[in-house]
This record gives sequence, structure tokens and C-alpha cells, in this order.
Amino acid sequence: MAILINENTKLITQGITGKAGLFHSQQCRAYGTNVVGGVNPKKAGTEVDGFPVFGSVKEAIDKTGANATMIFVPPPFAGAAIIEAAEAGIELIVAITEGIPVMDMAKVKKTLEKYNSILLGPNCPGLVTSGVSKIGIAPGAIHAKGRIGVVSRSGTLTYEAVNQTTANGLGQTTAVGIGGDPIHGLDHIDIVKMFNEDPETEGIVLIGEIGGSGEELAAEYIKAHVKKPVAAFIAGQTAPKGKRMGHAGAIIEGNAGTAESKMEALEDAGCYVAKTAADIGDKMMEAMKAAGLA
Amino acid sequence: MKLHEYQSKAVLKAAGLPVPPSIMVKTAGEVEAALAKIGMTTGLVKAQAHTGGRGKAGGVKFFKSVEEAKTLSEQIIGMNLVTKQTGEEGILVEAALLEAPSNIATELYVAVTIDRALGAPVVMISQEGGMEIEEVAEATPEKILKQYPPIDTGVSAELAAEGAAFLGLTGKQATDYADVIVKLFNVFVDGDCNLLEINPLVVTEEGDLAILDCKYDIDDNANFRQMETGGDPESGLNAAEIEATKWGMSYIQLDGNIGCMVNGAGLAMATMDIIKEVGQEPANFLDVGGSATEEAVAKAFELITSDKKVEAILVNIFGGIMKCDIIANGVVAAVKKVGLNVPLVVRLEGTNVKEGQEIINNCGLNIISATTMADGATKVAATIK
Repeated sequence: MAILINENTKLITQGITGKAGLFHSQQCRAYGTNVVGGVNPKKAGTEVDGFPVFGSVKEAIDKTGANATMIFVPPPFAGAAIIEAAEAGIELIVAITEGIPVMDMAKVKKTLEKYNSILLGPNCPGLVTSGVSKIGIAPGAIHAKGRIGVVSRSGTLTYEAVNQTTANGLGQTTAVGIGGDPIHGLDHIDIVKMFNEDPETEGIVLIGEIGGSGEELAAEYIKAHVKKPVAAFIAGQTAPKGKRMGHAGAIIEGNAGTAESKMEALEDAGCYVAKTAADIGDKMMEAMKAAGLA
Repeated sequence: MKLHEYQSKAVLKAAGLPVPPSIMVKTAGEVEAALAKIGMTTGLVKAQAHTGGRGKAGGVKFFKSVEEAKTLSEQIIGMNLVTKQTGEEGILVEAALLEAPSNIATELYVAVTIDRALGAPVVMISQEGGMEIEEVAEATPEKILKQYPPIDTGVSAELAAEGAAFLGLTGKQATDYADVIVKLFNVFVDGDCNLLEINPLVVTEEGDLAILDCKYDIDDNANFRQMETGGDPESGLNAAEIEATKWGMSYIQLDGNIGCMVNGAGLAMATMDIIKEVGQEPANFLDVGGSATEEAVAKAFELITSDKKVEAILVNIFGGIMKCDIIANGVVAAVKKVGLNVPLVVRLEGTNVKEGQEIINNCGLNIISATTMADGATKVAATIK
């Protein structure tokens, strides 16, 4: 089970002929993902390290039955690449590209209303279903098949949480990085819902950061619907107001989006909130024990 | 990047929006010719600096003659403007805008920004022009109307009419407002703005609409296609912050004593947080990015050590794509190059962690190795007396 990706996932890479696109396609294949090819209109009909290159997403789907795509197309063209994938009818779009203009994403969001595709990202590390399938740039080796679902805006903090839950023996079902941009696809709340409904997932780690209100919305949902134990961490408790902390979305605007308000909302929802990123694994274990699951 | 008032008004004017006649000067010496060029003898000298609250801080002055305009420009250009928003350190005024005066009857507020929860642009309007909108939103939220025009089709006649009514505009002014809001929304979208704020939009004694002040903030991700606005992506950044962006890194200088170097924005913030948790203060935010080279790591190290407030350094790397041995080599090379005058703690985890730790342990330099994030934070705090 797990969520979003499994052994039936057939992946293509948009931008497979670029350095990063090819490298991560190889890494995904090495992890066990069924990578069936890539897209580059200028190099259609060629092959790169065993991956067939198609002229369009539509062609790739017709010839391979692909149901997922990961996007490494450079920022100025990435918005159009997402829309192309949605129009071609792919189920899951994972946009890795960092630095896509916000207005392009606003247009993408509007356009995606017309299609059934699910978008993860952009500016995200992708996702891993432990031991089964990986889409994106996360290091596969730290993941271990287990019982925890991880959702995070930040890439390296996802790795921290995965590493800590691997180290304490809990392991993961699926770890999902939703990305650090202000306008993105799947949000914390969407992933939490999926974990809540996934029978394999017994506990949830939610990692957020300053900016926006996605964590607060997820907290409301958790309070109302989630019985599974949840551990949480919010990065940026010491971040100054009005400064963009790397991620385009990580900025405290006025008094909104502070770490404090997010931590309060999560605590109020019954989550075990870690004070530092070093305690995420311990908090998850504590929550599991309290629920009689460890 | 943020545009100066004179730059944003040029964009608005080109879009057919009502801005008063004005001209920018960089020295008082340019004033006479500039005023002659647009045929103006009375008006305002407005300091061009990225801050609000200029008027109260003495950055906006009225002139009744060319001579007076020169004297005031002399005072304003080059002044250090201290406003409520800049804090004590203030901000240097590098130019002034000479603008025709308006006879203000009513002040209104109009802004377009991105509603993050919806992932769509939002128009916000209020009759409380000239005020701090955050204060209005807090005290009297009913005085602000939010509208959500579709990004692809823009502001409809219905939305424009609803807005005009909310602002108390009728007749010709309502028609004029419809024109203004349609064009403003298009400027917002085409201009890749995070925020386009007109405060105030005024109704003049003559019954016309005029844009008196404007905040125009462009999404940094879109700077590459907005350079013709004349905006400066480096404005507001210090030398070290500019240098970092050249290397694909994100660096923000802070006031603390512990320098830190981290990969990933989330982990970088979390590292700042844990430094605070062990009783110290972070000296910076530094995300070296996901694919930094040995050279970039060395550069990052130089940036941190150039900050004289730094009393110790914590390197916290979770190697995914970025391998720990590469980071370790970069750190060792940097230390050999720039020297090490403060304690350095290195925490490596992830891909090739063993190779990385061996490089640190065998380099013959005085580098403290740490295993977990908590271990790194504790060790760096222990180096501070």
C-alpha cells in the first residue's frame, strides 16, 4: 500500500537529457523504480543510458504506459512542462525544479483545475515508498520499510526525519517532500489525509517551516480526523521577519506564518511537537508508545 | 526585487495608469534642467528608498520654486533616512523624485498580492487609504474587501463595479476605477509581482483618480524576465550576501556569534534554532544548496569567517545528493586556505558519511567532529566561554 507510488508506478523524466535529470533517473532506477523513459522534444527517438527519449509526454504515455513524471526542466520552462504532463493525462507529476516564477505556478494551479493529475512540488525532493519506489532526489539508502509516514516542506529535514525513524527502528511507509514554494501542489493536509487512510501507515511525522498556513490547516484536520499518533517539527523559530530564508515560501509576512503559531496549532491538535530537529525520531517514538504502538 | 517609486511609476504610466507628472534626479545639480523639461515649478521632492513612512521621516518635502527644489534635493539625496520600517540604522537615499502636487480629496487603498492558501492573486481594497493596511486589517477587517479575479481572464466588469461601490465611487470615478483596477491587475500578473500596492490611490479635488505612492515587489524567481524595469536584484543585500548568490548559495547575515553552514533551507533554519536552544545565537543563515562543489564550500567558509562577530562555526550537512566526502574536502581546503581562528564543529550524515568523517579526522587540523545534530550543537556551544 503506502501512498502515491508503489510497484505499479511507471516513471518518465521530463528533462532526462540534462545532467541532473539523467543522474536522478539512474538513481531512481537503481532504487527499484520502473523508469520507462524520458522526454526531450529535441532529442526524440534517441536513447540515453538505456532510457528511450520521447518527443512529448503524450508520446511517452502512448508507448510506455507511464503514469508518473518527474520534472527537471529549467525554471523558465517548467510551468509549461507541468501543464503538458497534465494535458497528456499523467496521474502524478513530481516537479523537482527550483526557482519557478510564482506567477507561472499560479497559472499552472488554475490550469490544473481542468485535469485529474496530482502535482507534487515544485522545488521539492520528491517521494520515496521505502524499499519499493522512489521519485526525485532523496538519498534512497537512509530509508527503511516500516510504519511511519513522513511529510515535509524541506528536503534535508525530510532526510533527518527518515534517518531518525530508520535509526530507532520505526521505519517509513512513504516519505513525501511537498516543496518550499509559496504556490505548490499537494499540501501537508492532503498528505496527512492519505496517511490517515493508508492501513500500513501507523504514525505520521509532519515537518513544516515558517511562512504560509499549510501547517495550521493540517493541524485543524488532525484535530478533527486523525487518531494515529503524529509527531511534528517546525523550522525557523529564530528566523527574522520579512527575510526570505532560502525557500521562496519561507518568509514571515507581518505576524503571519510564524513558527510559534504553527507549533501552537499542532500542539493543540494533540501532536507531539519536537523542540529541535534532533528530537523528531524520539518524539515519534514517544507518540507511538503513548498510543500503544511501540 | 523591489522597485523604487520612480521605476514603478514608469511601469504604471506605460500601462496607461494615472500617475502625476514626475522626473527622477540623482543629484541636486540635475534639478533645474529636470524641472524645465517637464515644465514644473511647484511640487514634491520625494526620497527614493526602499521603505515606507518616508513623509514622517522628512523624506518628502513640498517646494514652491526651482531654488527651493534644489535646496531640498540637496538635503534629501544622500541623507540617511530613518523610518519606522528601517529601524535605527536607516537607509541611504540615492535619488529623488520631483513630482507634481495633487489636490487630495479622498485617499483610498488598492493592492494586488498572492493569496498563498489559494495559490491565486487577490485584490484588496479599502477606503482607509494612507493608513498602514496591516493595522486596518487587524482593527477593522470589514473595511477591507478581498476579490479573486481569475489569473487568465483578469478583473471582470462585475468585480470592478463591486470594488468601485465598496470604495464609495460613483459616475465617472467608478468608470475610471474600473479602468485602473483592470490595468493594475494586468501589471501585477505581467510584472511577476509578489505585491503591487497603491497607497494611496487618491480622488483629487478635480474629481480625477491619481496614484500617489506605490510599492512594487517582484518575485525573485522572475527577476530574469523583469530586468527592463530597472530594478536591482542586489539592492538591500550586503557584499557577502551578493557573493553568496553568485555561487548558488543563500546567505543572510544575522547578529549572533555562531556561524553555520548547512545544506537545505529547512535544515539551515533548524540549525539556527538548535543553536539558540543550546544558549547561543546564530550569526547567519547559510544554505549551500543541493549540489555545491568543493569550491563553493570553500567560498561559504570564507563568507562565514569574514563576519567578525563569529566566535565558532557549526557545519551541519545531511549528504543526500551532496556527498559527505566532497563537503569534508571543501571544508579542509577552505581551512587550509583562509586559516582557522575560531573553533569549528563539523557534523556530517548521509551519503559517504564514513569517508567524510575520515577526511575530517585525518586532516591534521583542529576540527571537532560530531555525529548527530544535537551532538554538533552541544559541542559548538561548549567552545564558547
